[in-house]
Amino acid sequence: MDDMQKMILEYVEEEYLEDEDEAIDVDTPLISGGIVDSFSMVSLKRFLENKYNISIPDEKATPEAFDTVDKICALVKEFI
Amino acid sequence: MAFSNKVRESYQKEIKEIQDAGIFKEERFIHSPQAADIEVEFPKGAGLSKVINMCANNYLGLSSHPEVVKAAHEGLDARGYGMSSVRFICGTQDIHNELENKVTEFLGTEDTILFPSCMDANAGVFEAVLTTDDVMISDRLVHASIIDGIRLCSAEHDTFKHSNMEHLEKKLQLHADKRMKMVITDGVFSMDGDTAKLDEMVQLCEKYDAMLLVDDSHASGFIGKRGRGTHEKYGVMGKIDIITTTFGKALGGASGGCVSGRKELVEMCRQKARPYLFSNTIAPVVVSGVLRVMDILSQSTERRDKLEANAEYWRKGLTEAGFILKEGDTPIVPIMLFNAKLSQDFSRDLYSEGIYAIGFFFPVVPKGQARIRTQISAGHERHHLDKALEAFTKIGKKYDILGKTKQEVIDRYGM
Repeated sequence: MDDMQKMILEYVEEEYLEDEDEAIDVDTPLISGGIVDSFSMVSLKRFLENKYNISIPDEKATPEAFDTVDKICALVKEFI
Repeated sequence: MAFSNKVRESYQKEIKEIQDAGIFKEERFIHSPQAADIEVEFPKGAGLSKVINMCANNYLGLSSHPEVVKAAHEGLDARGYGMSSVRFICGTQDIHNELENKVTEFLGTEDTILFPSCMDANAGVFEAVLTTDDVMISDRLVHASIIDGIRLCSAEHDTFKHSNMEHLEKKLQLHADKRMKMVITDGVFSMDGDTAKLDEMVQLCEKYDAMLLVDDSHASGFIGKRGRGTHEKYGVMGKIDIITTTFGKALGGASGGCVSGRKELVEMCRQKARPYLFSNTIAPVVVSGVLRVMDILSQSTERRDKLEANAEYWRKGLTEAGFILKEGDTPIVPIMLFNAKLSQDFSRDLYSEGIYAIGFFFPVVPKGQARIRTQISAGHERHHLDKALEAFTKIGKKYDILGKTKQEVIDRYGM
């Protein structure tokens, strides 16, 4: 796991998981798996933009693109 | 023809996908007034079944109350059927203003504005009072209508974990630079039946200079010692900046909603809220009924007291029978089954036993948290609750889930 994967995974765990939730990995479906609702995705987008000093256009910030930590990493790398 | 076969087939495919996913919603036709005892046609074309209704929002049993029906009849005669106008042209009668004043007094706020529904109130309130310079911070389990309202507003939005005050505080700190901050929550959460910690939320909002909006649709009329709502329960009457609520549940159950709160915020809604500006308001006949409801509730707490006792009796009975419940002290009592198919099978079996209660599963509730949601009413008598308990216990035994732990139920039926 690289630094970016680790950082995003930690943020998702801290921001979205409840105490009783099972652990997640870089390929766990977040949105289609019901862990993150598409509405709460906004704070994740804001975190990524602030952390990496990038701007992710709304049309790119789709539920599919945010569905796993790996996919999020791929999206972020497009804009770094 | 614009609606070509290709277009039709596309929709048919989508509908089939909904059916295949097991989330197709089917109406059940009720052939009687809304009450504890109803006659239901289901499936369509089937003979009528007499069942006990355990899933209405008729918390106070006022939906078909003779005094409310009489007041509605009198209102129909005195003020006519429709207004054929929006409020600010020629669609406001004296009774609309009278109801707004009564609701203000009942909720202990500064002013009130009526909306065609609480869905409309929630759709209109945010964009009327907030701008791009502001932020909305909402509990993750707020009602769908609030989510729609937030989407219609240009202010930034963020969420906090359900009822998690530490997380809310972090979000208030994160957005400290915003011009206005509004914290948004349901008073009573409709799927879990728990209440927002409004005393703590008021403290946090005061500390961080944020406004607080509470949707009290599942509370107005019966939560709190005088039934004024969740803010009464938590001792913060007069400290909630905006309360949105409905007349479509406990308060007669017909239709209509409102925004009640700080007079400047209500005035902003009167000037800018689009569902208020571009739609007729509540029909005079309904306003007349709700006025009578407000009188009944202002005179006595008998109905909310009975509801409280009924809900306590129901929770105790289910717990003793060995069901797993969501903890709470409201008339919304979810019986946890965890597995989606089990919740559907359980609901169908209940119906065969003369009990009408619906199973909910993902995406309405989180995955692995399927349940039967029961809603208790002051219209229920003990014999209704006893018969329902008997049916729940019988079916609970059939599926061998009584006295079992969550893990045991999941091991047997899956998530």
